[in-house]
Amino acid sequence: MSYVTKSPWVIHYDGSSCNGCDIEVLACLTPMYDVERFGIINTGNPKHADVFLVTGSINEQNISVVKQRYEQMPEPKIVVAVGICATSGGVFRECYNIKGGVDTVIPVDVYVPGCAARPEAIIDGVVKGLGVLAEKQARMAKLSGSAKTETATDTEQEPDEAIEVRYYGKVDEEPAVGASGEGKGEA
Amino acid sequence: MEFHVTVFSALSALAYLIVGPFAGGLLAGVDRKITAKMQGRYGPPILQPFYDVRKLLEKEAVTVNNGQDFYVMCCLIFMIVTGVLFFSGENLLLVIFTLTTATVFLVIAAYSSNSPYAQIGAERELLQMMSYEPMVLLMAVGMYMVNHSFYVRDIVTSDALSLKLLIGVFIGYMFILTIKFRKSPFDLSMSHHAHQELVKGVTTEFSGRTLAALEVAHWYENVFLLGFVFLFFSNGTWYMAVVGVVVCLLAYFLEILIDNAYARMKWQFTLKSSWLMTIIFGGVNLMLLYFFKAFGIV
Repeated sequence: MSYVTKSPWVIHYDGSSCNGCDIEVLACLTPMYDVERFGIINTGNPKHADVFLVTGSINEQNISVVKQRYEQMPEPKIVVAVGICATSGGVFRECYNIKGGVDTVIPVDVYVPGCAARPEAIIDGVVKGLGVLAEKQARMAKLSGSAKTETATDTEQEPDEAIEVRYYGKVDEEPAVGASGEGKGEA
Repeated sequence: MEFHVTVFSALSALAYLIVGPFAGGLLAGVDRKITAKMQGRYGPPILQPFYDVRKLLEKEAVTVNNGQDFYVMCCLIFMIVTGVLFFSGENLLLVIFTLTTATVFLVIAAYSSNSPYAQIGAERELLQMMSYEPMVLLMAVGMYMVNHSFYVRDIVTSDALSLKLLIGVFIGYMFILTIKFRKSPFDLSMSHHAHQELVKGVTTEFSGRTLAALEVAHWYENVFLLGFVFLFFSNGTWYMAVVGVVVCLLAYFLEILIDNAYARMKWQFTLKSSWLMTIIFGGVNLMLLYFFKAFGIV
């Protein structure tokens, strides 16, 4: 097991959301959910981060910001789109200044829809992403044997299947988790 | 120096080299667990700091310039040298100067990146050094006045209990220990907590291996900083050695408590308060000790 799954450090960015999802992301850090018990730390520094949590849709002004933050994160890294706005643009989709979901700018590994996404769903999304993170780590370790410098470009590719985490209804219900990455990008 | 003393010094230095990072990492893990409990959270596993460092070693190497990694490695090496000098019973002044060198390398590493966050972090690190350095030096002076030697091995084996005559110096040292442990209210240059106004201060531009090296350096550092606390309690007997170790752990707990009870202060407060504590507790203590010695009271 790769150690990256035992201490995923998270960086959170709010694209252009209503702040609902941001509050839920912060709720994950409270004693109620306490994500630090999984080794998750909310760091403010992209250079220290492994998981990029994006809430809200991408607008014309923050394209470069999201791209730069993504590029500053060292490999292996994953992107988790939190909330329906980050997934597809949500209610803001038709706005003149909105480009769409996060995947219109950077490759997304896990989609967590919801308005707002529940803290349970966000934690589940990050935990699902750890599998992808371990995969990327393994690929990186394999490549580093032959050509160390080329790892970055190789692992940046989007995985074949993006993961979607769904939470509807009550908290105690079993989550319907399905791999339904198709139809995400062409919104 | 006698042969058995040399062997004992070498063995304790070797023990520090090997056990030091494990003890420091474990302390950091317990720290995070206790902090979580104080905040009503469950907290990460005790071994979490080790997982973090292992992960950082696996990450892609991203560096701003080649010099930066060199400086951070120098910081780690000098930190280890400081600890080795301390645990092999060498001169206390030499230990303090090597410690300063290690910290200076960290400051240079932060400056070399040209990142505004790292640079302000480096400036604050210098201010922190200005704040705690006088007290550390006064501690060495006090130790000499009581034990008639700067050598750690003499201080540890001397039958004088340093705490009895240096209680003020001890209080002053405990105060600046908060700065050295990077705990609130004095975690100006770099904090272990998220969302600081400087992103991550001095460590902003470090990632992967470099950050891991710095973390290990911090573990090494914490162990011998607690070793200084131990010096106040040692008088050559085994029971005071036990008391010393217990007080070291209590001191660390106190720092965790302070960390959770205070918000971050400005650098002005840090500098003023630590110099005030240094003069009131350290300076007055040494002055009184000087007069007591002059009049033959102690």
